[in-house]
Amino acid sequence: MPAKLILTLNGANVSEHELSKETITIGRRPENDIQVDNLAVSGKHAQIITILNDSFLEDLNSTNGTYVNGSLIKKHALKHGDVIGVGKHQLKYINENAGSDDAFEKTMIIRPDAAGMPEATGAHDIGKSVAKIAAQEAKQRGAAPVQGGAAARLQILNGANAGKEIELSKALTTIGKPGTQVAAITRRPQGYFIIHVEGGSGNQTPVINGKNIGTQATGLKDHDIIEVAGVKMEFFLPS
Amino acid sequence: MSPHYKLEISAVTDPGVKRANNEDSIGMEASLGLAVVADGMGGYEGGEVASALAVQTILNELSERIELLRKQHAEADSGEYSIQSLAVRDVIKKSNEIIYNAARNEPQYQGMGTTVVLALFYDNRLTIAHVGDSRLYRLRDDRLELITVDHTLMQQLIQRGFYTAQEARESLNKNLVIRALGTDPEVEVDIQEDIALPGDIYLLCSDGLNDMIDDGEIYLTLKRYNDNLDLAATELVKQANKKGGKDNVSVILARPVKTGSATLGWIEKVTDWFF
Repeated sequence: MPAKLILTLNGANVSEHELSKETITIGRRPENDIQVDNLAVSGKHAQIITILNDSFLEDLNSTNGTYVNGSLIKKHALKHGDVIGVGKHQLKYINENAGSDDAFEKTMIIRPDAAGMPEATGAHDIGKSVAKIAAQEAKQRGAAPVQGGAAARLQILNGANAGKEIELSKALTTIGKPGTQVAAITRRPQGYFIIHVEGGSGNQTPVINGKNIGTQATGLKDHDIIEVAGVKMEFFLPS
Repeated sequence: MSPHYKLEISAVTDPGVKRANNEDSIGMEASLGLAVVADGMGGYEGGEVASALAVQTILNELSERIELLRKQHAEADSGEYSIQSLAVRDVIKKSNEIIYNAARNEPQYQGMGTTVVLALFYDNRLTIAHVGDSRLYRLRDDRLELITVDHTLMQQLIQRGFYTAQEARESLNKNLVIRALGTDPEVEVDIQEDIALPGDIYLLCSDGLNDMIDDGEIYLTLKRYNDNLDLAATELVKQANKKGGKDNVSVILARPVKTGSATLGWIEKVTDWFF
């Protein structure tokens, strides 16, 4: 049985809604899946994404906020019995299946058109919602280093080469002065990281924004100032 | 590996406590600087077949490719990826094709797939490739770092802010893999390149390890058995089993060790940008 929401106002049931779609929107305007016609509720107030047996509630920057069991939330993984508050209305989340089967303890692969997916869940929808979540996540992350996309770059700030730029278009770029100090910048799914390679006789390690990072891989942010072998460089994410 | 380095490798794979068969496969070849872990799933006996196909194809094809590169004295070129990384990506994609076709053509293998995580060491570098939720960690100078990012629904939800990493550990759905070998005709492979320093310890593992014991326990074990990789690998598996051993568990530990004194040579060779 799919999970459902029971909409109530002042303790009285108003309506019931099955979470049978991947995305259910809640809001004042008529185009919402669950319309709550009250001025305290924003036009597009919140949404619930359902994947397999789990549902995820997200506030859509509503004016008066979305609450779960009395606490203001932006994002929340719903549990059976949670009470969602929008304006004066409440929505109770009922999911009797939650936590009751351990079928997922075994690793499963989910993807569009997957054979052998639990029938009721609609494998195609799952694939789509995963793709959607991934896309939204990538957008939020902003300057994600997409393979083959625009690359980050370094600009030298001092010395004879001041003004010169290098594009970090490779998976791994090494920079420095062998025998004095060498560092490498590697591209990971989470972003660009700088790594110490060798520090010469003084065992120098890279400095970022005036702070020595030691020998650990360290994530780089836009406009970080990197110092390797006495040369200062500014790091730029692709615009 | 370069002439100045050799790779110490230790590996253990174990069905765990709760399962009769082992759907993980592992492969390694120290002379090539190669280590691979694959965690198969789906279908009747399909999981074992998928992971074995992945490891075998990768080992065979990659040894050929690397031999060829060595004969040609090919240098790391200046493209986006090293020639070794490109070879790694090719052979993983090829193994995907082979598993996909087997799954399509043989009813008993329908729905099978496998994860893969691979490390290839050369010069002072390594290429890290993965698909799915098998992981690569590195212990360097007293810190354990997770270098791969799982291709799981849970990881996506964490990145989206619905869960913290701690909540994720307790969730039911943590094992939903959203990318695998053998489930689609094409697969996207995550490739990273990094610098390998002598003394680093690289840990490749299936989720049977990191679902059972947390990163802190992995760190402590690697520290404690630092001078004996065989013992460290055995101990990691033992701990996963002690904590329940619900899944197959595979561990490969690899450590680059300096054999010569020449260090400047390789650094000069690989530095892209001299000041």
